[in-house]
Amino acid sequence: MSSPSVFSSLWRLREYARPALPRLALGGVAGLFAGLLALAIPLVLRELVDGPLASRDTALIIGAAGIVLALGVAEAATVAVRRWLVLTPGTHVEAAMRNAMYERLQDLPVSFHDRWQSGQLLSRQGTDLGLIRRWLAFGIILLFVNLVTIVVGTAVLFTWHPLLGGIFLLISVPIWIYGFAFEKRYAVVARLSQDQTGDLATSVEESVHGIRVLKAFGRGRHALRGFTRQAQDLQGTEIKKAKALAGIWLWLVLLPDIGFALCLLGGIWLASLGQISVGELFAFFATATILRFPLESIGFLLAMTLDARAATDRFFEVMDEPITLADPEAPKHIENPRGRLEFDDVHFRFPDAPAGTPDLLDGVSFTVEPGHTVAVVGLTGSGKSTLTALASRLYEVTAGSIRLDGVDLRELNRDDIYANQSVAFEEPTLFSASIRDNVLLGREDTKSDPETAQKSLDRALDVAQADFVRRLPEGVETVVGEEGMSLSGGQRQRVALARALATDPKILVLDDPLSALDVNTEARVEEGMRRDYGTTSTLIVAHRPSTVQTADHVVLLHEGRIHDAGTHRELLERSAEYRFVLSSLDEENTR
Amino acid sequence: MSDNTVQGVNGEERSSLTPEESARIRKRSLKLLGELVRPVRGRVILTMVVVILSTAAQVAGPALIAFGLNQALPAVLDQADWAPAFLAVGALLASGIVGAVLISWYTILSARVSQAILLDLRLRVFAHTQDLSLDFHESYTSGRIISRQTSDLDAIRELLDSGINQLVSGVLYMSFTAVAMVLLDPISALVIAIALIPLFLLGRWFQRRSQVLFRQQRVASAQTIVKFVETMTGIRAVKAFRARRRNEEEFGEKVENLRGINARVIGLFGIFDPGLILIANVSVAVIVLVGGLRVAGGSIAIGTLLAAVLYAKRFFDPVEDMAMFYNSYQSAAAALEKISGVLEEEPGVPAPQTPVALHTPRGHLEFQETTFGYGNGVEILPKFSLEIPAGQTIALVGATGAGKTTLAKLMSRFYDPTSGRVTLDGVDLRDLDDAHLRRAVVMVTQEAYLFSGTIADNIALGNPDATREQIIEAARAVGADTFIEAMPAGFDTDVNKRGGRLSAGQRQLVSFARAFLADPAVLLLDEATASLDIPGERAVQNALQTLLASRTAVIIAHRLSTVAIADRVLVMEQGQIVEDDTPEALISGTGRFAKLHAAWRNSLV
Ligand SMILES: Nc1ncnc2c1ncn2[C@@H]1O[C@H](COP(=O)(O)OP(=O)(O)OP(=O)(O)O)[C@@H](O)[C@H]1O
Ligand SMILES: Nc1ncnc2c1ncn2[C@@H]1O[C@H](COP(=O)(O)OP(=O)(O)OP(=O)(O)O)[C@@H](O)[C@H]1O
Ligand SMILES: [Mg+2]
Ligand SMILES: [Mg+2]
Repeated sequence: MSSPSVFSSLWRLREYARPALPRLALGGVAGLFAGLLALAIPLVLRELVDGPLASRDTALIIGAAGIVLALGVAEAATVAVRRWLVLTPGTHVEAAMRNAMYERLQDLPVSFHDRWQSGQLLSRQGTDLGLIRRWLAFGIILLFVNLVTIVVGTAVLFTWHPLLGGIFLLISVPIWIYGFAFEKRYAVVARLSQDQTGDLATSVEESVHGIRVLKAFGRGRHALRGFTRQAQDLQGTEIKKAKALAGIWLWLVLLPDIGFALCLLGGIWLASLGQISVGELFAFFATATILRFPLESIGFLLAMTLDARAATDRFFEVMDEPITLADPEAPKHIENPRGRLEFDDVHFRFPDAPAGTPDLLDGVSFTVEPGHTVAVVGLTGSGKSTLTALASRLYEVTAGSIRLDGVDLRELNRDDIYANQSVAFEEPTLFSASIRDNVLLGREDTKSDPETAQKSLDRALDVAQADFVRRLPEGVETVVGEEGMSLSGGQRQRVALARALATDPKILVLDDPLSALDVNTEARVEEGMRRDYGTTSTLIVAHRPSTVQTADHVVLLHEGRIHDAGTHRELLERSAEYRFVLSSLDEENTR
Repeated sequence: MSDNTVQGVNGEERSSLTPEESARIRKRSLKLLGELVRPVRGRVILTMVVVILSTAAQVAGPALIAFGLNQALPAVLDQADWAPAFLAVGALLASGIVGAVLISWYTILSARVSQAILLDLRLRVFAHTQDLSLDFHESYTSGRIISRQTSDLDAIRELLDSGINQLVSGVLYMSFTAVAMVLLDPISALVIAIALIPLFLLGRWFQRRSQVLFRQQRVASAQTIVKFVETMTGIRAVKAFRARRRNEEEFGEKVENLRGINARVIGLFGIFDPGLILIANVSVAVIVLVGGLRVAGGSIAIGTLLAAVLYAKRFFDPVEDMAMFYNSYQSAAAALEKISGVLEEEPGVPAPQTPVALHTPRGHLEFQETTFGYGNGVEILPKFSLEIPAGQTIALVGATGAGKTTLAKLMSRFYDPTSGRVTLDGVDLRDLDDAHLRRAVVMVTQEAYLFSGTIADNIALGNPDATREQIIEAARAVGADTFIEAMPAGFDTDVNKRGGRLSAGQRQLVSFARAFLADPAVLLLDEATASLDIPGERAVQNALQTLLASRTAVIIAHRLSTVAIADRVLVMEQGQIVEDDTPEALISGTGRFAKLHAAWRNSLV
């Protein structure tokens, strides 16, 4: 893995941190200032005690106390100013990055989401961004202030005596060497720990989303065992991190102390030779003592920086993912949408398809004429759902084209596609919101034109045979559980169908939308669709003859191609394959 | 009733609570904290000792240098006596080594303690959420559980990681200094004691305000996570229904809300911290004044005053650390409140007190005067009784929303009946050992949920002890082997998030194979073939005929082809079983099923 350097990784943050930089820099200045004041106070105290206080003059004493008070207030004030300067900009940076990532994720294609676990994404926009915020607000400032202090302090040491300064400098050389080793070691575990945290979040999510399966098989404990293993792995990584930190901290504390000891010895020797005055020696140690904390703090500041770096890398990994299905530069518009959907020699294969196999869709051509209903029929896994996903541009054709009213989907803004076209997926993914909000999800006029929206809602619910919602405790305002789980399977599917209908689209793309319905309900839905959405073009995937029968045209998908197309009757008569796929009457049906 | 307002996750989103409620929640979090710390208390004590020793070693350093300069140097200069100098240098080296070793030991020790506590907490929450029943999960979204397990744990972790050091060394330092101060100059000590009053008041103020804010922060953070998770889960719908823009706004509002609260939390600390410094500095000034006047009056020596002033200054040195500790403590406390709330939730389907074992289930199911409704007051299944003898295959049919799934969920004890009993081989399900129940009764749910992992892993969920051959055999039995073997890595193909790598029918086949592998006495199939093509369904039917020969089965299906293999048909309508007979009898009759069946026959080709 060729990872960019710490600096160039973190440098990328400037994009988001820029607005915060002035305040952060001022905060750094205030930090330096507060540090100076804190240092000055003990010195001033000593002076005052030796001077005015010793004078036993009440007026001078009050004056001295006044100076102490003023300095104290000033210190508190600079600290307050520093905090005030530094802390809110960090939250703005964090929020901006969080929103940017959310925006990006919503824009990234479905194929990205197929691959990425949402736990991973979640930890990148949560914990990770928190690390970056803290680093911006504390880490970088403190690192800067402390490094400046160390450099200046060491220089000052030299002015007291070059030999002693030299000793101190020499002794800190191993720190820098060790620092580099530490960076390598810690960077790896920091990254690992963040990745494992993401995996852990994924497991939690799956264990909740899949709770019904886990309960049905009594596998709660089994899942717990898996989770325990993962959590222990993370624990191990965290301990490794602590060990790396302990390693560098050992040197950061030890080396200055050795330096002190040697300097003390050397200092006394030099003093005995008369090369340094006692006063200078005092001053030397006073300065050296001040360097202790900055030196020690390098350890955790470095760790913090590396954590922030790993978090930044993880953030930009997502942000750098290409939006392969972007809106075109110069989008076209469909002036008068009529609802004609045309597949022209469409090819598609998933990136992980084994080499040598034919494309999943291997040259599919057919047209859904305005107002017509075309049914797609095929065996499980023949690519019907993929076809519908291509029609709504959730995936991109690998060759050929799909045209909406003559315009290639790739030349349209995605939102323009969805303004004309509505989808009902195989899985009725509902949101934990009210039924009304779920059904009206695709409408943008719910606030501006509530009456029309209400009409569409009513019509959609009626046609989808979802009037049961009106008998729910709070009617259409009833909130359905997460993913609509407090509805029955068929109810969920009908609400999802109503959601597709409620946008009053020109084209409906329906992927097996009636699979969870009983025969009677299914018939009523079909009748309603014919009655109220008869002029809407429809592409419908179905396994049941009852659904297929109602279509104007049927295409039979087989091994990536359109094996045959025609009306249901025609196909039934002439195609053995069609009878095999659709017929259950004749048990002996074979090809 | 006010006692229940904060029971479990009730009132979780409220940030201001009555004193009684606060007290109750605090008690519950502290209890949890106690339970978490108890197993590692030995290590905690060790860690504290190490902190004390390393603090001592750190304090020794400057003292030794002072000794070197004040005593050893004059000795060398005046008497050419190097002994004190070597002593000082040696001691300095020794304290440096000891201090460094202790610090790094402390780093590892405290990480071990904090990681042990976090692991314990993670597993507790995980296990408990698994134990909680579906009614809880229906209202408490996965996003909230995830936020308990992630951002709340982060807050606790922050406290654990630095807390012990800050607290112990701070308290130690302050109390040593305080003692020295009292011995040296009681009057100055009195000034410090008086300063403790505003210090305490400021602390109280900070606690009150930050408690509310931290609670809000937990809630706001959970809300962004919930929104985030839901968006990612439903990304297809989000895209296809143009919800992106609106989501961005909504999420942006939540993020801004969280940001605002974070900024306020930090702002509060930005008052608290300088406030503490101010109090400290003012009291030093007062000591200077009072001490100076006493020096003028001649009641103390100037040297004593100098020492007193330096001590006073030093007394307040760890105040910043302590403030930091207090801040992360408050934040962790708010997180612990939420977590302890989840842990306090009782499963709506509790484990039996004295579980009854059922080693060789036969599969005789019975409902006795059972009624059921999902907690929202609507009765879904009015009172009914039903007996399903062992070995019978039942087709359960009826319009959508009739209550078929609900009935099956009662049989697999996803829920307990509101009244009456459900028994398996004469044992009330409520008394049955959970592991035995799960082995005896398996339900293939209407949603074919697959976990990320390989196909083999997913099938093996039916029986984690199964061998590879058994897994492949199960897949073959339901006709899933052909498509699986065509996958890039066969049974080891990763199915992606939620099984998204597979088609809907393929997912159902995998779930089916999973149930096949579990080999239960009672098999409940809820629309398990709804997404299959007709040839696939036919293959499954054939497999079922052999599979179900020796077991009880309830097959819920809208496609009535199942009826062909059923011994008995139950027709449900609005929660009631309205027809119950053999398929032949019902089909030849004139009832609802006869009509339904005729309609279905007509739809076939
Ligand atoms: N994200 C993916 N990556 C790789 N392969 C995939 C992916 N999604 C689906 N496939 C494969 O593509 C094929 C077609 O899947 P698709 O979902 O389109 O089938 P389908 O015709 O809708 O089947 P069903 O009737 O079961 O719903 C299947 O073999 C499936 O395993
Ligand atoms: N978790 C729940 N909370 C509240 N009400 C529920 C819950 N699950 C189901 N219901 C309601 O109980 C009734 C029966 O639902 P059930 O799932 O048993 O129907 P079903 O017969 O399986 O229908 P389908 O054929 O559509 O799956 C429905 O009105 C449904 O809205
Ligand atoms: Mg499909
Ligand atoms: Mg159902």
